[in-house]
Amino acid sequence: MLYREAGQFKTSYAADQAVFPLREDRIGLAATLFAAFVLVPVFADDFFLSSIMIPFLIFACAAIGLNILTGYAGQLSLGTGAFMGVGAYAAYKLTSIFPETNIVLLVLVSGFFSAAIGIVFGLPSLRIKGLYLAVTTLAAQFFLEWCFIRIPWLYNYNSSGAIEVPQREAFGIIASGPAASALTRYFIVLAITLAVTVLMKNVIRGHIGRSWMMIRDMDIAAELIGIRPLYAKLSAFAVSSYICGLAGAMMVFFWLGAAEPSAFSISLSFQILFMAILGGLGSLMGSYFGAAFIWILPVVIRFAFPALGIDIGAETVQHLTFMIIGALIIFFLIAEPHGLARLWAIGKEKLRVWPFPYG
Amino acid sequence: MMLRKLAFGAACVALSGLAAGAVTQANAQDSIYVQLPTYRTGPYAGSGIPIANGMADYLTMLNERDGGIGGVKITFDECETGYDTQKGVECYEAAKANNTVVFNPWSTGITLQVIPKAAVDKIPILSMAYGLSAAAEGDVFPWVFNPPDTYWDGLSAIIKDIGEREGGLDNLKGKKIGYLFLDAGYGREPIPLLEQLAEKYGFAVTQYPVAGKEMQNQSSQWLNVRRDNPDYMIMWGWGAMNPTAVKEATKIRYPMDKFYGVWWAGGDDDARAGGAQAKGYRTLNFHGTGADYPALQDIKKLVVDAGKSQVEADKFGDNLYNRGVYNSILMAEAIRTAQEMTGKTAITAEDMRVGLENLNIDEARIKEIGLEGFMKPVKVTCENHSGHHQVYVQEWDGEKWVAASDWFAPMTDVVEPLLKQAAEDYVKSNAPWPERQAECATRS
Repeated sequence: MLYREAGQFKTSYAADQAVFPLREDRIGLAATLFAAFVLVPVFADDFFLSSIMIPFLIFACAAIGLNILTGYAGQLSLGTGAFMGVGAYAAYKLTSIFPETNIVLLVLVSGFFSAAIGIVFGLPSLRIKGLYLAVTTLAAQFFLEWCFIRIPWLYNYNSSGAIEVPQREAFGIIASGPAASALTRYFIVLAITLAVTVLMKNVIRGHIGRSWMMIRDMDIAAELIGIRPLYAKLSAFAVSSYICGLAGAMMVFFWLGAAEPSAFSISLSFQILFMAILGGLGSLMGSYFGAAFIWILPVVIRFAFPALGIDIGAETVQHLTFMIIGALIIFFLIAEPHGLARLWAIGKEKLRVWPFPYG
Repeated sequence: MMLRKLAFGAACVALSGLAAGAVTQANAQDSIYVQLPTYRTGPYAGSGIPIANGMADYLTMLNERDGGIGGVKITFDECETGYDTQKGVECYEAAKANNTVVFNPWSTGITLQVIPKAAVDKIPILSMAYGLSAAAEGDVFPWVFNPPDTYWDGLSAIIKDIGEREGGLDNLKGKKIGYLFLDAGYGREPIPLLEQLAEKYGFAVTQYPVAGKEMQNQSSQWLNVRRDNPDYMIMWGWGAMNPTAVKEATKIRYPMDKFYGVWWAGGDDDARAGGAQAKGYRTLNFHGTGADYPALQDIKKLVVDAGKSQVEADKFGDNLYNRGVYNSILMAEAIRTAQEMTGKTAITAEDMRVGLENLNIDEARIKEIGLEGFMKPVKVTCENHSGHHQVYVQEWDGEKWVAASDWFAPMTDVVEPLLKQAAEDYVKSNAPWPERQAECATRS
């Protein structure tokens, strides 16, 4: 009733090709942005910002990165965690060398290092596909993790072997390090993640994104109609790794504040992969859904039990969280194998004809 | 179709759950809140569970027996970290939101994360005998405390004991010492000192790193140990790594009395894993084992027998359980000191820092809390937040830990300059590091 397109006429090609053709969608987007830029900063406390919103946005960004590669270009990757690590270590080294430079700029630049490494490890994708490719990206994961542990230059020869984020400024405001306020870090992460989303939405609608999807759907056919797999696959690896590297640098600089090599282990890769799969492969919206499901829901469950007055041990809550999240993952994937984004799309379809469904 | 509707329903419930969002918990004014980050799950749970039990039980006992500290109840809850740094940071944020007076990270990785935050958030960090060794430099790290000893004290104590057995440290020349360590911040921390000592005394060091995810598969490391055949082995292990190492050592018939562990490698279950052959395995310690102390008997009577503890009856008084108790003793005594110095009963985190900085548990006080012989006096000063306290070597007799040496001091003269150097390096690499803002508080 409220959500329908009747009466909305498109009178130009631009209107027809808009990202959000429906007025209701635009209103919804505006409301979400209003919530993200105004409501959250005004009402949220430090815990909500630093333990829920910032990691959620960073994981959403990483999931978008993986979604480019796995969801849109069809190249299964298990090396996300390591690519995030490359971004983090690159940003750390850059800021050690150029301490005066704007940290946001350095974080954005660090993605290029990750992209370069991603291209190198993407080369095997020209020959091998599917699960075999997953194994070579797994090799990237282990090799890069080994580098983070074994090359002391990367962590400035700290005796702890961890990278510790120093205090850095961006636009005259303290942006990283312990003195940076949660709000500043939230706005930086929000701005970067949104920029990545908008940019990717448009890249995917253009010829680059289409060439990725053609490669995904059938690489031989794509080749026959003039898509060059070399460019398509390697550009997917580069863009994906760039975004993952960005997310990794943000993770260390604007969320954790320090990281041991184990922070970028295979379990991080799987975490991001689950977010992408559960949210919906080949959907940017899904990346946000997946990140919310995997990151926010456990935190809420963990704090819901004490808030409801149920007095059980912290470890029992932990076990329960594992079980609930695990059961929900299975349930959602059985109900809709294409992920939460598909559920969302079906929901919108239904709403369009509600309350008088036909057909 | 039905399933899909259900899925919608579930999604809606989840969304509304998300909207309900942040939950904060109000604390009564007349209590002192301490959050205890613990790990009863995951690969490190074997070490984490006894510690969590010990910490909680001592505080419960104080509440039951004395009505808290200085007439104020201690409220505490656990936050499960799973030894995972991401979750640890989340626990820290939750602890901050609930106004904890002190934060015990119980993981070197989490400690490293929260050290820079401590000065900003004004929450003291108590990393008891773990974490960043350099944090002992109180002037650089006014908010971080690591009594009674640093890792470097521990390593120097092991070398000292080995030297003693060889008839003097000079006899270490030409010996080979193997170093088996968890390949994380924790295990790598002692390496600079080990290399320095090797140079000084002329022994060779071979390193055997064990990756965290392969803790339970150390056969390749021990194959190398068998090939290299070092005269002594030193282990820096934690969690599932310890019992695995002890088991592997017995399998290659490594002489167990030449196998040393730091205090964190000294769980009863760690040694028990090696069976009867593990007899002779030596680890450092800085407190007593067993339950033969009045305070521990109070815990038994008021907490364990009353069903308020999660500890299994036969694990009561285990080494790591007692270590949890020791951690709570430090907290409780610091709270008491803070109360005495500020005159307040419900102290704040900033008062707690003052309490920790003036912590002075002397023999008389140890006797008063009913722990005579359990521990040596602990004194923290403004400049030295660790203290290089005495330790002793204990030996596994197949059933339990028995003391194998007298209490002795670590090589303070070697460790001190190294700590200073490391603190300087830390400041340099973390520039701009804040100057000491918290004033050095002394008892007037």
